Amino acid sequence: MHNDKKGFLGKIDWVTICLWLLLCLIGWFNIHAAVYDPENPGLFSMATNYGKQSIYIFTALIIGFSILIIDQRFFISATPFIYVVVTLLLVAVLVVGRNVGGNQAWIPIGSFRLQPSEFGKLATCLLLAYFLNTQTNKVPTMKGLVIGACIVLFPVFLVMLQPDTGSALAFFSLIFVFYREGFVGTKLLIFGGLAILLFVLALLVNQWILIGLIAAVCVVFIFLLGKKRKYLIDIGVIFAVASVYVLSVDFAYENVLQSHQRNRIDIILGKMDDPKGQGYNLNQSKIAIGSGKLFGKGYLQGTQTKYNFVPEQSTDFIFCTVGEEWGFVGCLTLIGIYIFLLLRIIHIAERQRTTFARVYAYGVASILFFHFFINIGMTIGIVPVIGIPLPFISYGGSSLWSFTILLFILLKFDSTRKGLSPN
Amino acid sequence: MNSFFERKYVIQGIILIIALTLIARLFYLQIIDDSYLLSANNNVLRKVIEYPARGVILDRNGEILVQNEPVYDLMVIPKEAKNIDTALLCRLIDIDREGFDKRMKKARDHSPYRASIFEKLIPKETFAVLQEHMDKFNGFYTVDRNIRTYPDSVAAQFLGYILEVTEKDIERSKGFYRSGDYIGASGVERSYEELLRGTRGVKNQMVDALNRPQGSFMEGKYDTLAISGEGLVSSLDKELQLLAEKLMRNKLGSVVAIEPSTGEILTYVSSPSYNPNLMVGRERGNNYMKMLNDPYKPMFNRPIQASYPPGSVFKVVAALTAQQAGVINAQTIFNCPGGYRYGRNAIMRCTHVDGPTDLVKSIQKSCNTYYGYVYAHMLDRRGMPSYKAYDLWRDGLMKFGLGHPLGIDLPGEKGGNVFPSDYYTKNFGSNKWTSSYNISQSIGQGQLGITPLQMANIMAIVANRGFYYRPHLIKGIGEEKIVKKEFTEKIWAGVDAKYYEPVIEGMSRAVSSGTAAASKIPGIEMCGKTGTVQNPHGENHAVFFAFAPRENPKIAIAVFVENAGYGGTWAAPIASMLVEKYIKDTITLPKYIQDRVMNAVILPKVKTKEIKPTVKEKKDSTKNSQNNSTPVKQAAAREKNNKNLLVHHSQIRRNYAQ
Repeated sequence: MHNDKKGFLGKIDWVTICLWLLLCLIGWFNIHAAVYDPENPGLFSMATNYGKQSIYIFTALIIGFSILIIDQRFFISATPFIYVVVTLLLVAVLVVGRNVGGNQAWIPIGSFRLQPSEFGKLATCLLLAYFLNTQTNKVPTMKGLVIGACIVLFPVFLVMLQPDTGSALAFFSLIFVFYREGFVGTKLLIFGGLAILLFVLALLVNQWILIGLIAAVCVVFIFLLGKKRKYLIDIGVIFAVASVYVLSVDFAYENVLQSHQRNRIDIILGKMDDPKGQGYNLNQSKIAIGSGKLFGKGYLQGTQTKYNFVPEQSTDFIFCTVGEEWGFVGCLTLIGIYIFLLLRIIHIAERQRTTFARVYAYGVASILFFHFFINIGMTIGIVPVIGIPLPFISYGGSSLWSFTILLFILLKFDSTRKGLSPN
Repeated sequence: MNSFFERKYVIQGIILIIALTLIARLFYLQIIDDSYLLSANNNVLRKVIEYPARGVILDRNGEILVQNEPVYDLMVIPKEAKNIDTALLCRLIDIDREGFDKRMKKARDHSPYRASIFEKLIPKETFAVLQEHMDKFNGFYTVDRNIRTYPDSVAAQFLGYILEVTEKDIERSKGFYRSGDYIGASGVERSYEELLRGTRGVKNQMVDALNRPQGSFMEGKYDTLAISGEGLVSSLDKELQLLAEKLMRNKLGSVVAIEPSTGEILTYVSSPSYNPNLMVGRERGNNYMKMLNDPYKPMFNRPIQASYPPGSVFKVVAALTAQQAGVINAQTIFNCPGGYRYGRNAIMRCTHVDGPTDLVKSIQKSCNTYYGYVYAHMLDRRGMPSYKAYDLWRDGLMKFGLGHPLGIDLPGEKGGNVFPSDYYTKNFGSNKWTSSYNISQSIGQGQLGITPLQMANIMAIVANRGFYYRPHLIKGIGEEKIVKKEFTEKIWAGVDAKYYEPVIEGMSRAVSSGTAAASKIPGIEMCGKTGTVQNPHGENHAVFFAFAPRENPKIAIAVFVENAGYGGTWAAPIASMLVEKYIKDTITLPKYIQDRVMNAVILPKVKTKEIKPTVKEKKDSTKNSQNNSTPVKQAAAREKNNKNLLVHHSQIRRNYAQ
C-alpha cells in the first residue's frame, strides 16, 4: 500500500472513523427530525438545532483531523496540564457557570456554552493512563489503586457540586479500566453487580424481608459448600455486610438523594405512577419509541417527537426520534453500530504496545459504553432518567467535541503504535 | 503482553449482555406491546367533529317553517384557563360565581387537558359581546353549533322538536350518535330524523404537546366532510296554518285539512299549541317541564292521538257503506216520527220530526232515526247472524280508513277504535246480540273512536268519490323533491263512486240550508256535515267536516273543538273561514264574527281526562254490561241520562243571531 508514503494517515483506523462519521450523520438527521416543524419546513437554517449541529460536526471534523496531525507525544506530555486546566474549569463553572435546569454546568462563552464536565472525562482518562503507565510491569498495588481512584474521584467530587449526578456517574464506568489492569478483581466486579441488585431490591422490598431472604440464601450456600469453618466465616461476614448495606441503602435513599432523583428512581421501579408529573418524560419517551413498531413511521413522520411530546428530544432523548421514525429495525441498527464501535475500540486497545495507550483506550470504551447504556436505557425505562447525552448523536457542541477529541486522540495513539514509544 | 489480557473477554461479554438487554426491552416496547401506538395516537390525534346543518323545512309555497340559527358552545381546557377575569366572564354569559366553579370542576373532572363544554347554546347576541373579550379568557374558545328556529312560531306539534340524545338513543343507533348530539324527538323532526340530521364530518386534527392544532393528519386522508341534512318541503300552507292556529286559540281541539287529489295535509293544528321556539336553547328544560304540567296538554298531538266518537259526521260513512252493502239506496225512505224505537222503552231521539226521510234529507237534516234503521238493516237483515253482519259493517269502516292508523309520516299515530264483533260477544255474554245492543254506533257515538285525521280523510274520500292517498305532511325530500312511494299510492275506500252523489247532495244542502247553514261561503259550493259528540264528562264536543268545491274539490277539512257544544256553532265557521281563505284567499264573513271566533275562550273548567273520552266510555259500557243482563234497557237508560246527546241543529243559527 501507499501507507509509508502517505505518512500517519495510512495507519489510521479508518473503520472507527467511518463509524464515527456514520453516528454523527445519524445524529444530524435525527436532530433534524426532532426539531422539524411541519407547518414551516423551510430550508436549511442555521438558527435551528440541526443547522447548528452541522457546524458542530464540521468543526468536530476539523478538530479530529487536527489531532491526527499533532505529535502524539504532545498529548502525553500535556496530560497533567490538561487535567489541571479542566479541574480549574470545573471549579470556575461553580463560580461563573450558568444555571440551566438546576445544574450549574455551563460556562457561557459568547453565544456558545462550554460544559467542562464533558472535558473532565477526557482529562481523567488521560491522567489515569498517564499514571498507570508509570505502573507498567509492576504488580498492581493498593497504593496504585488509591492514587488511580483519587484521579477519578476528584473531578467526580467537583461535578457533584454542580450538582450534575449524571455526568459524575459516568466517571464510575472507569472501573472497567481498573479491572482490565488488574487493580480490581473479578470478585469485586461480581460483588459490585450484586450491590447494584441489592440496592434496587432494597428500594423495592421491605428491608427486613430482604434481610430474611439474604439469610435464607446464605443458609442454602452453607449447605451447598459444606460446613467448613472458612466458608462459615466468609458467609457470616457477607451476611453482616449485606444486612448493613440494605439498611444503609434505605437510609441513604431517604436522606442523601434529592427528591427529584428519588422520584426518578421510584418511577423506574414502578413504585410511583405519575404520567403527568415526573413520569411524563419517561412515559412520552416510551410512547414515542413503542409507537415506532417494526419499521417506524418514516423519516420526519414521527408525530410524538415532531409535536414536542417528548422533552429534550434533540439532546438527551434523541433516541426517541430513532425509535419512533425508524422503528425496531432502526434501533437495532444503531445499537449494532455502537457495539461494533465499542468492540473495535477494545480491539484497538488490546493491540497497543504501551500501557498508556491501552488504559486510555479502555477509558474511552468505558465512557462511551456508559453513555450508550444509560442514555438508551433511560429512554426505554430500564434505568433512571439521568441527563447524559448519547455520544455523537445528541445535539450539542460540547458533547460532540469532547467525545470526538476522546476518540481521535485514541486514533492518534493507534496510528503511531508501531513507531514511537511514550517517553 | 499484559497478564490480565483475558479480562477483555469479560468486558466484551458485559457489553454484549447490556446490548442484548436493551434490544430485548426494545423488542417488547416496539413489537409486543401495542398500547404505545395507541397512546401515541391518543396523544396526537384530536377528532374534531364538524356538525352538519340540520335540514330546513319549507311549506308548500317555499316559505320557511323551521331553519337553523347559529349558536355557540363555550369550551374550556381547564389546564390552560389561568389568570382569567372570572367576574367578567360570568357577567357576559350570565352565570354566577358558584355556577362558574361548578362548571369548571365538572370540566376538570372530565379532563384538565382536554376541552369540555363550559356553557351550551349561547345565543348569537350574547356571543357577539363575548367574542370581543375572548382574548382575555385563556383556555376558552367557542364552537359553532346550530339550533332550530321557527320564524313564525307555527305548527309546533307538526314540526316537533329535537332533544339531546339519551344513552338509549346512542345504544339503539349503534354508535351513530354521540353524547351531546341532537335527535328528533317528535313530529317531522323525529319521523324524518335520518334525512334531516345529515352526516357528521370528522377532521383528524393533529395537536402538539400543548394541545395546539398542528395541521391535519395524513393531509386529511381520513377526514370526512359534514354533509347537511336534506331539506324537506312540507305540504303545509303556512298562511292557512297561521289562520287556523289563530282561530283555534284558547280552544282545545284539532284542525286537519287535506288536499284530496294528493293526500297532502294543508293544515295541521293541535290546540292548545305552543311556541316551538321555547323548545330550543338554554331555557328548553324549564319550558318543557312547564308544558308537561299544563293541564290542557300542549304536548298531546291531538289530530293523530286523540280518539273521539265522531258524532253525526259518521252518518256520511254509514250512508255510503250501507249503499255499497245494498241495504239502502238513494230512494230508500224511512219514516221519522222523532226518534228511533229500538226496544220497548228505548228510543233514540231526533231533535225534530222529519216524517218520511230519504237519503239526501237524512244527511241534510242529520236524522238519527234514519241511521238507526240503516244500522238495524246492516246488522239484522242480511240473512246471517248479527255478529257476522257486524263484522262486514266493520270491514266497510276499515276500508274507509277507520280503526287503524292511516300511516301518516308522524310518530305516535293512533288508529282510533272500531271494536270487532268478538268484543261485543264477550261483553254481552253470547253472540245472540243485535243492532239494538249498540245502536248508538249508528250515529257515531258509543264505543266508536276516530281521530281528527281520520275525519279529514273521510272527507277526502268523499271529495274523491271513493279513494284516498295516505295523508302526509312531507311532499318533497331533498333537492329532487322526492315523494315517498307510499304516498303516491291510490287507496280504494270500498264504496263505488256512484253511491257518493246522494250523500254529497245531502252535505251540500246541509251547508246551503241545513244544519251547517252558518258556514255557507258565497260563490263556493261547500259540502259539509256537522256533528256534536256526546261527552259524559262535560260540555259536548263540536265537530264539522267538509270539502269544497263540490266539483274538483281542492280541500277537505275536519274541525274538532272540544267542549264547544253544538257542532255548527264554532266548528263550522272555523272550517268555512279556512276553506274560503284557501280557495279564494279572502274571508267574506264579517270581521266581528271572525274576531268572536278567534277571541272565544272554550276551555273546560274542571280538568278531567276529557281528551280520552272513548276510554272512559269503554269502561262505562263494560261496567254496565256486567251489571245489567238486559243491555237494551241499559243502553236506553244511558241515553236518557244524556239529554245532550241529541242536538237540534237549528239552534246553531240562533247562537249566531245572539
